[in-house]
Amino acid sequence: MSGRTHVTTTINGERIDFLCEPRQSLLEVLRDELDMTGSKEGCNNGNCGACNVIMDGSLVNACCVLGVEADGAAITTIEGVANGEQLHPLQKTFLEDAALQCGICTPGFIVAAKALLDREPDADEARIRHWLAGNLCRCTGYDKIVHAVLDAAALMRQVPAKA
Amino acid sequence: MVTEAKRAYKVIGTRPLRPDGIDKVTGRALYGADIHIPGALHARMKRSPHAHAVIKRIDASRALAMDGVKAVVTAVDLAPGGDLSKLADPAQNILAGHKALYRGQAVAAVAAINDQVAQEAVKLIDIEYEVLPHVLGPREGMQSDAPILHEALRTRGPGAVDGPTNIVAINQAAFGDVDKAFADCDIVVDDEFSTKMVHQGYIEPQAATATWAPDGQLTIWTTTQGSFPARESCAQLLNHPISKIKVIPTEIGGGFGGKISVYLEPVVALLSRKTGKPVTMRMDRSDVFEGTGPTPGTSIKARLGATKDGRIRALYADMAYENGAFPGSASITGTMVAAAAYDIEHVKVIGYDVVVNKPRTQDYRAPSAPAAAFAIEQLIDELALKLEMDPLQLRLLNAAKEGTRGPMGMPYKRIGHEECLRAALDSEHYRSPLGGPNRGRGVASGFWFNVGLRSSVNVSLQPDGTVNLIEGNTDIGGTRASLAMQLAETLGIPYEDVKPTVVDTDSVGLSDVTAGSRTTFGTGMAVHEAGKNLIKEMTARLAPLWQTTPEEIGFDDGAFRTKDGAKSGAFKEIAAQLAGRGVALTVSGSLNAGFLAGGGFAHAVVDVEVDPDTGKVTILRYTAIQDAGTAVHPSYVEGQMQGGAVQGVGWALNEEYYYDESGRMANASFLDYRLPTSLDVPMIDTIIVEVPNPLHPFGVRGVGEPGIVPPLAAIANAVTHATGVRQTQLPMSPRRILETTRGIV
Repeated sequence: MSGRTHVTTTINGERIDFLCEPRQSLLEVLRDELDMTGSKEGCNNGNCGACNVIMDGSLVNACCVLGVEADGAAITTIEGVANGEQLHPLQKTFLEDAALQCGICTPGFIVAAKALLDREPDADEARIRHWLAGNLCRCTGYDKIVHAVLDAAALMRQVPAKA
Repeated sequence: MVTEAKRAYKVIGTRPLRPDGIDKVTGRALYGADIHIPGALHARMKRSPHAHAVIKRIDASRALAMDGVKAVVTAVDLAPGGDLSKLADPAQNILAGHKALYRGQAVAAVAAINDQVAQEAVKLIDIEYEVLPHVLGPREGMQSDAPILHEALRTRGPGAVDGPTNIVAINQAAFGDVDKAFADCDIVVDDEFSTKMVHQGYIEPQAATATWAPDGQLTIWTTTQGSFPARESCAQLLNHPISKIKVIPTEIGGGFGGKISVYLEPVVALLSRKTGKPVTMRMDRSDVFEGTGPTPGTSIKARLGATKDGRIRALYADMAYENGAFPGSASITGTMVAAAAYDIEHVKVIGYDVVVNKPRTQDYRAPSAPAAAFAIEQLIDELALKLEMDPLQLRLLNAAKEGTRGPMGMPYKRIGHEECLRAALDSEHYRSPLGGPNRGRGVASGFWFNVGLRSSVNVSLQPDGTVNLIEGNTDIGGTRASLAMQLAETLGIPYEDVKPTVVDTDSVGLSDVTAGSRTTFGTGMAVHEAGKNLIKEMTARLAPLWQTTPEEIGFDDGAFRTKDGAKSGAFKEIAAQLAGRGVALTVSGSLNAGFLAGGGFAHAVVDVEVDPDTGKVTILRYTAIQDAGTAVHPSYVEGQMQGGAVQGVGWALNEEYYYDESGRMANASFLDYRLPTSLDVPMIDTIIVEVPNPLHPFGVRGVGEPGIVPPLAAIANAVTHATGVRQTQLPMSPRRILETTRGIV
């Protein structure tokens, strides 16, 4: 067992310090050390996207990032997507469009779609399908998820998010 | 699409937000692996690296000597009196006894202070194996010289030969005289079909946590489709009274039939008992592929005969279903569903259940039906080609309807197969041109039984006129909503006034699995009964206040009224009045909704394009059509149809358990197994047909399963039309397409 490293990071706008072993993934740290279980583990090797988080503006699989790599980074997880009681447009449209059934993949999809719409507010169906190909859903057949992202994009264009 | 005069509902048929939705879009919802009990140990499984091997010796001494390791369990801890010869089949699939029967079978488990130590300790458990020859594949398993999995196994059923065998049972469904009927047919088509073992592919791996208290009280948190069946299984496996077991179901991240059986629960219970601490265990993805229950691969030979006017007269089929390593019964349902969608007088279907060195198979959405439809619906397509008839018209001519002999020999009640076919014929999709080379269109029908079974709910009246609905069925895809809607409809109150909660096995009456498309149907009936009981009890307490008798008070359209019309009050108002008079009210609905729940039918229309150079099949357009009886929440009905369709696309085009020569699944990861992604499918159009189910107060039919039955055949028919070559084997991967179209191997 190696020694633990002190890591300082920003998660959902809050400064967080944690100790982690060099082998621990960011997903393990989030879930097991920080009790932030919103990011899910579906495969632990970057194939399913259930653990998607945004790290310094880039979408990453938290299972494929080491905890120590989070030092100095700014991270957004599913727990930080809503603004208090105000749901993010994606959370709203996922609910309204019935874009979840079991819901285990939902946090990853919402984080991934947010990463897309943050930089490409006009993404069309083809672009959305391409971007979300790293996220697996076994319940919905993707139809309602793609609709929810399109609807959220339209909502966000109507009411620009406050900086 | 509504096919007949529909009752006017206020809540049913609307699309409200699901009550558990907020937790699931914000990351608050707690699934199996999210249960963190303070002080819990972490456990890991040691699995067999061999497909078939005698376990000569297990030595855990090196593991137990490691710092942080607290306990190891093996099958000896599960066997009655520690005698491995008394280990029943279900227990052997939890921890292997004398033999490992498939690669990935659990052999031992270790509990340690954390997951990392547990993983290291697993490597230090030394197991000596004597490797035996293995057999994979249903027909291979049936050969007389095949390696035998279970020495004591003898075939059950007609034509059984005495002696060691891998054939568990021979099942037969027979009506009329097929030999004579085939002789009278103008056209006979036949072929041989095969499908591969595939996995349900739920995104959440199994996870379970247990605490065993010194007084024997066992509490288990688990992600399961059935908390009561999990309790029952653990009671049997651990020889522990059910009164001392409480199962707390977590949110469940998909199941599709794969989360009915227990795997980790008895093991964490044993480890907790040994260590005196809570123990938690989670599978990783390769554990899920190799160590849980996929659905059988099949080999089906079938023959269909018709007269020249298109009347199908006779069906013969010989169907072999893999059971995996332990005896199962997939072929029983296979033989029953083979002819179920049509009115065919003469039928003979023989089904073989065969054990092979693969994981013990489990249900997967309409289990056994998609493979049967893959064969039969392609023969019907072939018949349509030969007869030069429209494939939908041919099906319509022969479709099962009310009164037709059903899959168990009894006549159908009102069913919606014809209505689904007419909806397909009328669809914009079917009437539009294909438009382009290398394209094909395929259609197929699908039948599934749907079941009722036992359900219990409690309903308690709150002082503000809202009601709490307590139920025992885990919500796998929106059933909190569909049940709350049925209660709101029964009580004539807004959906928002019903608060549904899924509770543990101590807190509600017995409820069977969330499976068989039964929750919205069967638990819905319990909800309806509870609602009626609540009205009755409220009426009884209201009567003295209104200085009348209960018989003089009616309830309609959400309001209590005296028959003379003198007094009336809405549900909410009366609830407040009763609360003001000190009334407390809790009622229950507890029933058995019957075994069969009224058949469910689905249909698919699919357009594909096949790249002649690469063999890649692209799904251009897909329309799913299904009889929902009454669609309680149409969005979630569509969701079931779309989800089943896309699972079918994966099964048809690329999913399979791909084995190497050593009997190892070579693609036990999401990367290599490859579920369909959002890029692989178009939008899935849906047409909900509503032919009310006479067995349910609101006409509801189960909708979870039928949608996966047609796609394998519909896609194969489409690819056949695009390539001109009948597609009899799954998956229709690029390699397979090039083999069949250009002879490239």
